[in-house]
Amino acid sequence: MKSKTAKITFLGLATACALVLSYVESLLPPIWSAVPGVKVGLPNIVIIYLLYKVSFKSAAAVSFVRIIAVSMLFGNVMIMSYSIAGAVLSLGVMAILKKTKAFSTVGVSIAGAVAHNLGQIIVAMVVMQTKEIGYYMIVLCVTGVLAGIVIGIAGGMLLKYTEKIKL
Amino acid sequence: MNKTDFLKKHRNDLLLIGGILAVALIAFAVFVLTMKKGDMVTVSVNGVEKFSYSLNENIKTVITTGDNGERSNVLVIQNGEAYVESADCPDKICVGHRSISKVGETIVCLPHKVVVAVVDGN
Ligand SMILES: [Zn+2]
Repeated sequence: MKSKTAKITFLGLATACALVLSYVESLLPPIWSAVPGVKVGLPNIVIIYLLYKVSFKSAAAVSFVRIIAVSMLFGNVMIMSYSIAGAVLSLGVMAILKKTKAFSTVGVSIAGAVAHNLGQIIVAMVVMQTKEIGYYMIVLCVTGVLAGIVIGIAGGMLLKYTEKIKL
Repeated sequence: MNKTDFLKKHRNDLLLIGGILAVALIAFAVFVLTMKKGDMVTVSVNGVEKFSYSLNENIKTVITTGDNGERSNVLVIQNGEAYVESADCPDKICVGHRSISKVGETIVCLPHKVVVAVVDGN
């Protein structure tokens, strides 16, 4: 990125994109949700793009700003704690897998989606003081894989078609 | 990215999918195989056990929660199975949940922080 201003502007646009995708996703029927907050994860397309094209720091920054904005606009503090736990685990796992260079964006996004779901269920277990919902983890592994494939393919295509664009 | 690199990455992706699904499947098998029929149902609100009912009776009861009892879930026990017949939570996931009867099975209403669980009464 040429200048600091360019970077701030770009990340602002990326955050706006992620917010729009959050909104679009909220309009979809909740076929994926076994627990609130578990979705296809459309905003993750933006996060993957930033992770590959810009940096881990930018991806993390946009991810957190998005969560805070979405929670203020449509949700509450409860939802925010679930989302943040999911995002932290998901970002960490994706960054590690990307670093190994052993996986495509599909593999990275699948691991991210499953980690995201696990993060949320762990918070739910802590909040509700119950181990029983650990049962949902099984469902969430499967939905995470499916969501991860969709997002990974979309993210991979986006990266491929913007390969020549220098940031 | 050259072609071998590309193929290797996709092979690894598939291994990853296989690995995650295998873990989920094994966990599922363990869950199903270790389940046995329960004889009690407990209702916890906010992580605190509030009520318990026998699975051998036929009961229909309203679980009210919230500061002023403004939230409700209708719990039905019939033929040794428990289910949530109706609720005023926003997501209705608890209502859509199938009946439970085996030890460890739960119906969770996250918006109301209500957990209905089957336990072994003895
Ligand atoms: Zn409910």
